[in-house]
Amino acid sequence: MTSWLMALIAFVVFFLGYHFYSRFIAERLFQLDPDYRTPSRRFEDGVDFVPTNKYVLWGHHFTSVAGAAPIIGPAIAMIWGWGPALAWVLIGTVFMAGIHDFGTLWISVRNRGQSIGAIARNVISPRALTLFLLIIFFLLLMVNAVFAVAIGTLFSTFPESVLPYWLQIPIAIAIGFLVYRRQWGIVLPSLVGLAALLGLVYAGTIVPLELPKEMAGYSSTAWWVLIMLGYGAIASRLPVWLLLQPRDFINSHLLFVCLVLVYLGVFIGQPEIVAPMYNEAVPDDAPPLLPLLFVTIACGAISGFHGLVSSGTSSKQLRYETDARFVGYLGSTGEGLLAVAAILATAAGFATVGDWNDHYGTWAQASSKGIAAFVQGAGNHVENLGIPVEVATTFMSMMVVAFAATTLDTSMRLQRFILGEIGRQYRMPALGNINFATVIVFLSCAALAFFADPNNPGAGGMVLWPLFGTTNQLTAGLSLLILTLVLWHLKRPIIFTLVPFLFLGVMTAWSMVINIGGYLADGNMLLLVIGGGILVLNVWLVLEGVNALRHSREASEMLDMGDG
Amino acid sequence: MVRLWWQGLVRFYDEMYQAPYRRISRRAQRRQDDLFRLMVMSESLGIPNPVSFYTLELMPFVLEDFHEWHQRMGMEHSPLEGFRCC
Repeated sequence: MTSWLMALIAFVVFFLGYHFYSRFIAERLFQLDPDYRTPSRRFEDGVDFVPTNKYVLWGHHFTSVAGAAPIIGPAIAMIWGWGPALAWVLIGTVFMAGIHDFGTLWISVRNRGQSIGAIARNVISPRALTLFLLIIFFLLLMVNAVFAVAIGTLFSTFPESVLPYWLQIPIAIAIGFLVYRRQWGIVLPSLVGLAALLGLVYAGTIVPLELPKEMAGYSSTAWWVLIMLGYGAIASRLPVWLLLQPRDFINSHLLFVCLVLVYLGVFIGQPEIVAPMYNEAVPDDAPPLLPLLFVTIACGAISGFHGLVSSGTSSKQLRYETDARFVGYLGSTGEGLLAVAAILATAAGFATVGDWNDHYGTWAQASSKGIAAFVQGAGNHVENLGIPVEVATTFMSMMVVAFAATTLDTSMRLQRFILGEIGRQYRMPALGNINFATVIVFLSCAALAFFADPNNPGAGGMVLWPLFGTTNQLTAGLSLLILTLVLWHLKRPIIFTLVPFLFLGVMTAWSMVINIGGYLADGNMLLLVIGGGILVLNVWLVLEGVNALRHSREASEMLDMGDG
Repeated sequence: MVRLWWQGLVRFYDEMYQAPYRRISRRAQRRQDDLFRLMVMSESLGIPNPVSFYTLELMPFVLEDFHEWHQRMGMEHSPLEGFRCC
């Protein structure tokens, strides 16, 4: 198969999924009502509940869910060949992610805009909320460690991206200052900022900035990990309008530019796919495709994090219930396109199989160099458009780093809030202290990044990826379980949510058992404890869900059935 | 035509920029406003205020949404003896 055909197939499959399957789901399962008064209209307060145009809402929903993870996952999973990765992304997006994102948005709208955790408390049990919060805590901990390591790896591999990335910060601060303090409109500062950033990408290729290969016994990647976590801790203390908001906005431009460039590069250059469709020579240290493929690619196929976005912010801004299909389902399709772009970059972005093998010779290499393979491959595609390959790879590297750093900033904020919540609940006021909580968050993330792989402290944190993927899928499974329970009580078809739930439940439990076996064999006690804890939470949650089935309840207890 | 297109773009950009963080920024603004309101009305609420002579002048500006404020602070009825909004 040629690369352009792969891209075309992905477009067609996603189009068919949106046009037919999501319509079927909207009409038969969720029975969307255009006259239903959504929380944004019913509780409109200009703060939490604001009716928003569906195109705007789709834009910020999509840019909130799409980040570095749908790139890293497929880039690692390429070790099993492009066939399984592509099949999982297409099937996962159409039949699982779409219904998951769409469903969590719908169920939140029908629950006064409550978060999926709060809905779990109503539908399953109060204990489910606690279990859910614990899973989120683990998820955030791993997000910080893994993304810091991914950034460290990219900075060490592509030192050209260091300058544009760090100078993106003053550009973002200038935009935030002009918009908030000087009351400028956003169009001009953001377009000028974007142009300046693209200029800096070129400057980065001329002035690559590198740390020494080793300092105090630690590699440059390990030092970058520490620097990025320190940066994340400081950035998470700044007001959102100053850095996070403008940088997130610039990143959303980078995301669309990246998608357009990669797909145009593929259609114009029509590069050959050099990676095997099914890799029969998988390295000995690689885990089995079944079930690890399904947790290695989480974001891009199905991700529990999306449910948090759907039920956390999007549901409070949805103007009409019927917009949920466009925002939720099409949002997940957008992320699927990003995952396919990552597959295209890592499967067809190399000249020879030998070049490809340099990145996928071992599982450890795939984990640590997968992201570099994406940057290199995507850069090669963009070169087909006449852009020098150094500039293209620097742009791609800076973009992934910017995504990951924004997630780091947001995630460290969230972890601090959760610590504050725990402090209030268990009367530990120190945890409510913003500085103390920030230090705790920084130390816990650094400890995980450095001790996850004792053989490669700091730089070996990508061993956490399968654990991160499993936890992410577990969160998605919980959302699907809630959807299934609600549909069951409504006496509507449950097969469309039950099958994805059972599939994810089996795959995550199976993956976790394999992960734990590996940690036990390696004597990695830290990951053994974390993995064991998550497995227990997994089983516990399923038991809570089964228990909830035994209680006969009125559908109106779980869902607002009225017309608002 | 171009003008309409530009205005549409400006509106779209503005919404795209504000929508994801509207909640956080409005809440932060509300917290600051609440603190300011508390300082202005501190004397009326029984908290000694050494600069009440000056803050008294600001009273008319904070009374407009006073009802919404005291309800948000968990006080069902107006806490001020001489000002009954509900």
